[in-house]
Amino acid sequence: MNIVVCLKQVPMVSELPWDSKTGRLKRGQAEGMMNPACKHALEAGLRLKQAQGGRLTVLSMGPPEAQEVLYEALALGADQAVLLCDPRLAGADTLATSYTLARAIQAVTPDFDLALLGCHTTDSETGQVGPQLAEELDLPAAFNVEHLQLAGRTLTVRRVSDGFLETLELDLPALLTITTQEFTPRETPLGGLERAFAQGAVRMLDALAIGADLELVGEKGSAGRMLRVYSPAAQKKGVLLTGAVKKSVQELLERYGDRLGGLIGQDLASEEEGHG
Amino acid sequence: MDKAGRDVWVFGDYRNYFQNRVTLQLLARGRELAAALGGELCVLVLGHELGQWVEEYVAHGADRVLALDHPCLRAYQSETYTRLLVDLALARQPRVILVGATSFGRELAARAAKRLHTGLTADCVELAVNDQGLLVQTAPGFGGNLLAEIVIPRHFPQMATVRPGTFQELPHDYERQAPVEWLPLPAGLKPERVRLLKSERLPPREQALENAPVVVCGGRGMASKKKFRNLQELARLLGGQVAATRPAVYARWSEEGTLVGQAGRQIKPQVLFSFGVSGAIQHTAGISGAPFIVAVNKNPGAVMMQMADVGLVADANQTCLALIRELKKRLRS
Ligand SMILES: Cc1cc2nc3c(=O)[nH]c(=O)nc-3n(C[C@H](O)[C@H](O)[C@H](O)COP(=O)(O)OP(=O)(O)OC[C@H]3O[C@@H](n4cnc5c(N)ncnc54)[C@H](O)[C@@H]3O)c2cc1C
Ligand SMILES: Nc1ncnc2c1ncn2[C@@H]1O[C@H](COP(=O)(O)O)[C@@H](O)[C@H]1O
Repeated sequence: MNIVVCLKQVPMVSELPWDSKTGRLKRGQAEGMMNPACKHALEAGLRLKQAQGGRLTVLSMGPPEAQEVLYEALALGADQAVLLCDPRLAGADTLATSYTLARAIQAVTPDFDLALLGCHTTDSETGQVGPQLAEELDLPAAFNVEHLQLAGRTLTVRRVSDGFLETLELDLPALLTITTQEFTPRETPLGGLERAFAQGAVRMLDALAIGADLELVGEKGSAGRMLRVYSPAAQKKGVLLTGAVKKSVQELLERYGDRLGGLIGQDLASEEEGHG
Repeated sequence: MDKAGRDVWVFGDYRNYFQNRVTLQLLARGRELAAALGGELCVLVLGHELGQWVEEYVAHGADRVLALDHPCLRAYQSETYTRLLVDLALARQPRVILVGATSFGRELAARAAKRLHTGLTADCVELAVNDQGLLVQTAPGFGGNLLAEIVIPRHFPQMATVRPGTFQELPHDYERQAPVEWLPLPAGLKPERVRLLKSERLPPREQALENAPVVVCGGRGMASKKKFRNLQELARLLGGQVAATRPAVYARWSEEGTLVGQAGRQIKPQVLFSFGVSGAIQHTAGISGAPFIVAVNKNPGAVMMQMADVGLVADANQTCLALIRELKKRLRS
């Protein structure tokens, strides 16, 4: 069985170093990590490969640093890693991304049986690449999959969609996107990363190597254009209380206690202590 | 000028109350967009036994309903629905297609946009038409604190998904009339390659957080799981519910189901307490319905503090403990 997993490197948003004095994030120090849902998709692929035998290819489009997540995937058990790295591919929306990934899959592993992706990325969270890649490759597909079983060439998958628990069946070749609900990723084996690095096994490809039409990739191939970016103005003119904690809290309750108290049917504006 | 190419379409997702609500919310905004474009607001509804829904969409402002009612469309399946939507869009050339960001809607919109070779902006928080007749789509960007305005200048239709709760639905008017076109199932529709073996309706998700009059929300500034737990006590005293930001959920201080924001729930408490929360757009997208906000933050410049009616510049946990003490005193009577 021939499996291809699409991986994306994302910034470690939730683990950014953070200055507890100023309460600010040190964004400059943001490191990359494998997008969590991609990691679960890789785990699903590795388990299938273990059970069925075959070959697992990992594929990513991104800057040179994205090699890191591909080495990680090799250390975890992927057989082959490809990075699509080309300034012409930069600035791609999901339309261009799905086109590019499709060309790469067809160039690198045209006889694949199963394409696996994460259900969404933590940096864009559109979840559009999976469905659009399925269209581009014209494959039967299931999204947000939590559980899967393979019998012969037929996949049975389970997923939750808008309050329905669905069991779906589809034949290979197929495409699935995987959630972070199941397929808990295995630990990276000790020494595995060093070995993977030593083998120097990430193949770097550019847009021409995958036979892509340059009009359809990167920013050029994207439909959306950014008009402007802005920081939303804070709307309210509120009260700022800067005194000692106890004093501020008392002031809060004295000024707004009736509003709060009204909600819970209690008088909060006045202190009962000493009165009764 | 010809009216073709000016219409706004809304995908009519009627499966249950919440999915239907987002359709009605899109109709409200879609009316304004259609008026600005000089076109019609049209709902496309696919499925089975649609009569009730068609009426509801007319009552909520549709100028036209395209309905395709067939038993084979009873279950929502995105391959078939995509084909139907794409063929109709190619034939009738709407300018804009809006889809509610339900799980199914996201799948459908993404696939259809690909087939139509056009752009799709996810999770728009604002939609307007500019003087060139382009849909200006405002969506959160860059991992946190910025909004981006996006247009799709050279591709049609221009497509967007919108989360439930982003727009306000219009009051219904059951006197309203509008043409309804009942479309036949196209001949030669290919069978769905994905076979639906079983579909069970899960028990409705608990709406405790959505319905709570008071919500106590904690962010990274609560600093530890132990301190975060103090919010439970405060919420109990106020008869409210606890909510959390993503870092607090990732750190396992709070459960997944308590996440508020773009990736979580939309809440509309009458009073929101926000402890140690910076106010990133992805979070504040979930609290736009809160009329009164009390924020506690060490940093008076935090966006959350600027959104607040009362801001306490203080340590989040200390303030929580002090509030618990004061409330206990005042509630003692
Ligand atoms: C696609 C996408 C979707 C997302 N969806 C969501 C979502 O649905 N919900 C969500 O919440 N986030 C979401 N996020 C994450 C979001 O961008 C922010 O990172 C997150 O909301 C920040 O959480 P926070 O305010 O708790 O943490 P921070 O931004 O780190 O803020 C902590 C705040 O606490 C203050 N503070 C620190 N110490 C103290 C103290 N001792 N006392 C008082 N105050 C203190 C700091 O001044 C700071 O303002 C999403 C991100 C992306 C990219
Ligand atoms: N640049 C990329 N390289 C490889 N895979 C990607 C890339 N972008 C998105 N994907 C895949 O598409 C999934 C969904 O991403 P998204 O639609 O951006 O939320 C990810 O989990 C990846 O599997």
